[in-house]
Amino acid sequence: MTGMSDILFYAFAAITVFSAFMVVCSRNPVNAALFMIAAFVGAAALFALLEAFFLAAVQVLVYAGAVIVLFLFIIMLLDVERTRALRPALVSLAASAAALGLLVVGVLWLFAWEGAGPLVDARGSDAPAALARNFGYELFTRYLLPVQVTGFLLLVAMIGVIHISKRPARDTAAESKGEEANP
Amino acid sequence: MSIGLDSYLVVAGLVFVIGFFGVLLRRNTLIVLMGLELMLNGCNIALVAFSRYHATPANPMMEGNLFVFFIITVAAAEVAVGLAIIVQLFRLRQTVMLNELQLLKD
Repeated sequence: MTGMSDILFYAFAAITVFSAFMVVCSRNPVNAALFMIAAFVGAAALFALLEAFFLAAVQVLVYAGAVIVLFLFIIMLLDVERTRALRPALVSLAASAAALGLLVVGVLWLFAWEGAGPLVDARGSDAPAALARNFGYELFTRYLLPVQVTGFLLLVAMIGVIHISKRPARDTAAESKGEEANP
Repeated sequence: MSIGLDSYLVVAGLVFVIGFFGVLLRRNTLIVLMGLELMLNGCNIALVAFSRYHATPANPMMEGNLFVFFIITVAAAEVAVGLAIIVQLFRLRQTVMLNELQLLKD
């Protein structure tokens, strides 16, 4: 039983990391989007291994379902040509080099010098996140205000998307509003 | 379940770092947006792992899981708005490459 879940962890971790790497490296955006499905499903499997089954389901539904479909839809709509190999800008390269240096220092600090302190393993036998009931109870008692705010944020995002996606103002403003249109 | 918390944190860190360098080094706006999603996803893995490994019957540690829930919601809204902006940008400039979008610089 233990060996099985170890193997599963390593398999899903490898899938997640490899797919994430391929998302960033693919030339074709469609390939990147398809690899992103694998990355998100791998992450959902890791959630399931951590016994957060509700979050795994939400991850598959929202990310691997809705978000990727939106990405693919936009990629097909824009019909972006296959990207050429471009040298990144100098400022990006400098920022990446600095970030890489900080990363190496951080990893060395964690594993070679100071260490991160003991990682506690205080797990009880049952995982609270396994039950969707616990999510619902917390969301509608202690987290009622954040739920409302998030719902309002979704409304704002929807209205914003509708407004942004309209034709540019310079096309329509001239004929519909006359000289009152203020570009 | 003999996998430790550190293994999950390594996976989360790797996904975050891959997304981070994707955001910095790629020129395609769509891939940059995907890199942002990967970064959020790495954070989510770390949050779920921490809240699972610290969950006790006395303190069920649901905060991390709920935070992941909210992150997923907000990320979905962010992707919708970002893609709408990209579509509009493509209509105006016929490109999604960041190196060709230098209107403010010129």
